[in-house]
Amino acid sequence: MRIGVFICHCGSNIAGTVDCEAVAEAARSMPDVAFATDSMYTCSEPGQEAIIKAVTEHRLDGIVVASCTPRMHERTFRRTVERAGLNPYMFEMANIREHVSWIGRDKKANTTKAVDLTHMAVEKLRHNRPLQSKSFAATRRVLVIGGGVAGIQAALDCADAGLEVVLVERNSTIGGKMAQLDKTFPTVDCSSCVLGPRMVDVAQHPNITLYAYSDIQAVSGFVGNFEATIRKKASYVDWDKCTGCGECMEKCPVKDAPDEFNEHLATTRAINIPFPQAIPKKAVIDASRCKRLITGKCGVCAKICPSDAIDYEQQDTIITEKVGAIIIATGYGLFDHKVYGQYGAGRFPDVITSIQYERMLSASGPTGGHVQRPSDGKEPKNVVFIQCVGSRDKSVGRPYCSGFCCMYTAKQAILTKDHIPDSQSYVFYMDIRSPGKGYDEFIRRAVEEYGVRYVRGRVSRIFPQNGHLVVRGADTLMGAQVQVEADLVVLAVGVESAPGAKELAETLRVSTDTYGFFLEGHPKLKPVETNTAGVYLAGACQGPKDIPASVSQASAAAAKVLGLFAKGELTSDPQVATVDQRRCVGCMKCAKTCPFGAVKEVEDRAGDPKAEVVETVCQGCGICSATCPQGAIQLNHFTDDQILAEVNALCQPNLGLNSE
Amino acid sequence: MSAESRPELRIIGFLCNWCSYGGADTAGVARLNQPTDLRIVRVPCSGRMDPMFIAKAFYGGADGVLVSGCHPRDCHYSEGNFYARRRLELFLRFLPVLGIDPQRFHYTWVSASEGQRWQQTVTDFVERIHSLGPLPQLCESDPAMKQLAQCLGGGE
Ligand code: SF4
Ligand code: SF4
Repeated sequence: MRIGVFICHCGSNIAGTVDCEAVAEAARSMPDVAFATDSMYTCSEPGQEAIIKAVTEHRLDGIVVASCTPRMHERTFRRTVERAGLNPYMFEMANIREHVSWIGRDKKANTTKAVDLTHMAVEKLRHNRPLQSKSFAATRRVLVIGGGVAGIQAALDCADAGLEVVLVERNSTIGGKMAQLDKTFPTVDCSSCVLGPRMVDVAQHPNITLYAYSDIQAVSGFVGNFEATIRKKASYVDWDKCTGCGECMEKCPVKDAPDEFNEHLATTRAINIPFPQAIPKKAVIDASRCKRLITGKCGVCAKICPSDAIDYEQQDTIITEKVGAIIIATGYGLFDHKVYGQYGAGRFPDVITSIQYERMLSASGPTGGHVQRPSDGKEPKNVVFIQCVGSRDKSVGRPYCSGFCCMYTAKQAILTKDHIPDSQSYVFYMDIRSPGKGYDEFIRRAVEEYGVRYVRGRVSRIFPQNGHLVVRGADTLMGAQVQVEADLVVLAVGVESAPGAKELAETLRVSTDTYGFFLEGHPKLKPVETNTAGVYLAGACQGPKDIPASVSQASAAAAKVLGLFAKGELTSDPQVATVDQRRCVGCMKCAKTCPFGAVKEVEDRAGDPKAEVVETVCQGCGICSATCPQGAIQLNHFTDDQILAEVNALCQPNLGLNSE
Repeated sequence: MSAESRPELRIIGFLCNWCSYGGADTAGVARLNQPTDLRIVRVPCSGRMDPMFIAKAFYGGADGVLVSGCHPRDCHYSEGNFYARRRLELFLRFLPVLGIDPQRFHYTWVSASEGQRWQQTVTDFVERIHSLGPLPQLCESDPAMKQLAQCLGGGE
């Protein structure tokens, strides 16, 4: 075998703390190495051309690049090697940047370590075999999980491009958080005027199947061939018959059911349609409140319903759908301010959350768009907004910035002045973060045109006094204590991961970050992909995002899905398990451990049972390889021989390095 | 004694591609300083870990071996790390039979976003191995090694 080794300087990223020439020199004495050199940026065009040239000039049949993490450029270099006429799997990478130059300061120790890692890659490559991908057909349908603005956008983009879309929403209507908003920044557009027509488009689109009031229960399969199990929750109303007339709601005697859509500012009936523009506009019975379902007495709605849609016996139903790709758009949750004792911890009725205030501002909200104090229904004159409630605060486990609270607070302060012209708004803030298009101008308008008073500093305490709330805090710009008498306090609660996100991540086998947001494949290069092929992210499920950013990412995710399906056939990763039938004793232990059911039992000519791997199903984990008592099932590219070759390389005394 | 001034020991880490290898990358990107003793072998999943790899590493002269995968329930392959845990737990008990101080082996879980946790894990483990010192020479023809090969199966 003739191996070529390229040691990358990565500018000074590697060369700064690793002697790259010395590593190349050491590589020359490694077994089978026919050529070794160091280069400035191996991943650049000249860098890649140099590899291709070396392959012909030195008749190389394998390449090692010692540079950054393979998680970054393995694919890049595999393509290079392929262009050079070699099999893309005759390539190995040594990670001498993330695992060497960036974490160690001692140049000599780093250089030795880089030699070791390069040696390891060479030894592994000596055991590599060319691998071929197989093609398989994909189901050209996409599952979108979550019907907020991101899910709606992704679903419509895919459906307009001709894909069949299955949209699953866990609430009884789509629209998500955006449907709860009154206006949107920085244009002060009416939210439902922007979103409403899009919701209708979803309902009417021939390519979209909408399952509202439904959960994802299980997902099996792999890119191109997923199977999703969807649980349609019992609504106790036959939605095929329900016309959404709402007569049941009028007559239901249970008037104290919690109104989630209005953020508990009002109550609703036990049978309910969340809001007039709901899509689908269908009633749902709250089983925990309905008298008939609890005690067997009542049944008023069944009597009233003109279309005979009420069905107290209804059960959850299970549906399975085959799809080729999945877009997660489950959005976000809001921080529970009750952990802040100093803000009243939910005890003062006139301290409300930003989303409650949003409902109050909305003409279709519980107060008909009148701003009122929850305690006595009076119109407030002094409204205090407190930003960063559950954002940028390590002490409550939310050290990150929620991104859009600065903006929605400014919007709400502006709207307050519109609703109550003689009111005065105060905003307690830490920094103003307004990087979007037209955002900074919007903040200025709040201050200059609407007279909103911004106070830079943290609020230390809120307490009631003579029918008011006293908000006490520091003005860190003035260096003084300030105290404001407020009629209403609005807490700009921060963004957190959606409830249930963790469980969904487990179901879909994708990762989440420390805070429970879904983890993208790479923060810069794969912002809408996950590490699971065929599963994409859209919107705030990946981290705090405002509407424009959510919609952009949703379209990006849709583009990724379209790109995936545009290939016609998908190619499988050849890093799969294969069985050496001569060694296999047919115990089928591998089949039992395989999490994907990729191993099936076959008979050999003598009629003995043998294991066989279904290549398109195998995901390449290698659990089977570690299980097989015979060493008969081996994971391509990570065989026992290959891993042990690496171990041996590391266990040898250091190679080459001209010992001083 | 700083990590830089003392002679290095031979410490091998087996990291799963999805979580811990990513975590080690995250630590690198964040320039989190770590002792240079540890060398990393990338495996697709901690469930790929055949305990034989670890035994071979010790017999080849490694002074310490670290295995790290995705947190339980976070596995890219749904349950690989559960298999890993079972096997490695068993292997841990077997180490004394091989004449190896079980302290020299450690397995843990680090996710792709936990750069700092990785830094801490490496630093602590390398410190631990330094306090134990180099591993006395083992002999591969040791009957215990043969016994292990039989018990664990596979390997070669
Ligand atoms: S575990 Fe090994 S021997 Fe048993 S069936 Fe699978 S490949 Fe064959
Ligand atoms: S490597 Fe083995 S255990 Fe893993 S998916 Fe493939 S066949 Fe199943």
